[in-house]
Amino acid sequence: MMPIFTARLLLAAAALIGLLLLAPMLSEAQETPPLPHQQWSFDGVFGTYDKAAMQRGFQVYKQICSACHPVKHLYFRDLQALGYTPDQVEAIAASDQCTDGPNDQGQMYQRPCRPSDPIPGPFPNDQAARAANGGALPPDLSMIVKAREGGPDYVYGILNGFKPAPAGFQVAPGKYYNEYFPGHQIAMPPPLSQGAVTFADGTQATVPQMAHDVATFLAWASEPMLDVRHRIGVRVFLFLIVGVGIFYAAKRKIWAPVH
Amino acid sequence: MADARPGIGTRIVRWIDYRLPFMATMEHELYEYPTPRNLSYWWNFGSLAGIMLVIMIVTGIFLAMQYTPSALLAFDSVERIMRDVNYGWLVRYAHANGASMFFAIVYIHIFRGLYYGSYKAPRELLWMLGVIILVLMIATAFMGYVLPWGQMSYWAATVITSLFSAIPVVGQGIVTFLWGGFTVGDPTLHRFYALHYLLPFVILFVVLLHLIALHRFGSNNPLGIDLKGPQDSLPFHPYYTVKDFFGLSVFLLIYAFFVFYDPNLFTNADNYIPANPMQTPNHIVPEWYLLPYYAILRSITFSLIGIPAKLLGVISAFGSLFLLFIVPWLDTSPVRSSRFRPIYKWVFWLLVIDVLALGWVGANPPQGIVVTVGQIATAYYYIHFLILLPLLGKIERPRPLPTSIAAAVLSSKTKVTAPAVSMDKP
Repeated sequence: MMPIFTARLLLAAAALIGLLLLAPMLSEAQETPPLPHQQWSFDGVFGTYDKAAMQRGFQVYKQICSACHPVKHLYFRDLQALGYTPDQVEAIAASDQCTDGPNDQGQMYQRPCRPSDPIPGPFPNDQAARAANGGALPPDLSMIVKAREGGPDYVYGILNGFKPAPAGFQVAPGKYYNEYFPGHQIAMPPPLSQGAVTFADGTQATVPQMAHDVATFLAWASEPMLDVRHRIGVRVFLFLIVGVGIFYAAKRKIWAPVH
Repeated sequence: MADARPGIGTRIVRWIDYRLPFMATMEHELYEYPTPRNLSYWWNFGSLAGIMLVIMIVTGIFLAMQYTPSALLAFDSVERIMRDVNYGWLVRYAHANGASMFFAIVYIHIFRGLYYGSYKAPRELLWMLGVIILVLMIATAFMGYVLPWGQMSYWAATVITSLFSAIPVVGQGIVTFLWGGFTVGDPTLHRFYALHYLLPFVILFVVLLHLIALHRFGSNNPLGIDLKGPQDSLPFHPYYTVKDFFGLSVFLLIYAFFVFYDPNLFTNADNYIPANPMQTPNHIVPEWYLLPYYAILRSITFSLIGIPAKLLGVISAFGSLFLLFIVPWLDTSPVRSSRFRPIYKWVFWLLVIDVLALGWVGANPPQGIVVTVGQIATAYYYIHFLILLPLLGKIERPRPLPTSIAAAVLSSKTKVTAPAVSMDKP
């Protein structure tokens, strides 16, 4: 009885999962080509963030993306996770200006940032951001990898997806053609170009390299606890597998006389 | 009695138990509680659901200590939990994936009941209390999904609460009352938070009633026949406690996989975008466990005898749950277990496929073939409960039932193994 029942249920479950996986593909296939899948250091059960790639990615963010995009949920202190020492983090923070106050005179004032400060964004508010960007709002990047289907592949795809528009495709003024952007018209000009930054570790700053590094940095910004999660997960699994074994043995032993 | 057994109680325990018979009750309900000896692993899901409810309440209370239910702060407070609260990510992922696990368990539990006729006399109230728990779970899960105040939270709240506007005359007033304003907003979030905290305890109370009803006649079993004597049953402890613990440990492995290695599989990426009343997402999709109801709701694209399509859709979606509620009276067959019902056994699997199809329909934008499949699947769902179930009891010829559980268990041990197995082959 049971094996047949189980087999049918597994089949039904497989069919459901298949349908659920197929469904988004079917609906999106007409609009945009599938995102190119990249190898990420943080993929898989033992995946961790590549610190060197994150530092390069942070450099790309700092020198290019941060002109328009905030990372609202990040604090300077978080940057220690990229492999910076506390002193380095303090220096990075101090190179930015943060608004503090009000002081004794009731005035807000600027001072060098501290590690305990949130990383300040380029604009004081969304309206200012829109005004400076032709009405488009550059999204917060500290959540972008989790807030888009495809995650890091989406970020990588967009950064590499700028192409001349195909014949007959009308691109609105102030917009750019991007293969992987829904609707293909993105308000962001192509941000990366060969050699736009100089990496301290000698890595060639090609567009795919910078895109890969900044996507790694932004994946960390979205999910900073992934390293810890994966590490604890392995231990939890080992613990539970032992538990399954013990309970299975106990069940066999207790049920033996009545079977 | 507790004090009759040596070793179980010290004098203090006996003193208490004489006045408050807690140990004696536990002894009676766990140790002496006779349980059919032939329960399969499909009977693990009841206790699993109970444990999952406790996990949800415990993780939920810890989340509530850090969460802020205000439209301005909710999204950021959730991110704060994920980033800065010690093990906040673990508690939140356990809670969010726990909802999916809870529903998966409960759906298996319900389909098990449908397959083995667990709703039949004298367990009708037990079953109906179960359906009430399901309805409360749906309400709780929906309001919980709103709390992170992401795009899907906001728009799901808008779509689902707007359903009440389909009610004639008072509909719009009810919606305004539910929202606490003229749009989903801060008051809506506050009251959803309060109710999301309250309802799990209501569920806990109904679960208690469910257990009292269960312990009145005990579990149904894969043969669907009553216990005839002590040889048919085993004490719940240790036989089923150890079996439940084994099942629990396997379940926790699956649960842990999602929490640690794919925590966002069941959520929509859009919900990591803060709620924006000015921008509607492309596809508003509920969580997977609500997709079949959503599919039924959207499948009614026509009005009937003066009832507008929207109201008819709402009635059909709620009706799908109401049909479950009255199943004990829709199924006219005196035989409980599908093992002895040659036709119903197949009809049951058609219903499973039908519900999976409805789930697929709910996940997709309602265009082209999706609409047709949705309408056929919706019609079949109603045909199953309103026509097939009452009819089968009349026309189906059940196979002969075994004389007792012990006889069946004993015979399958010795020589009659082969027919017992082939009986279930398709």
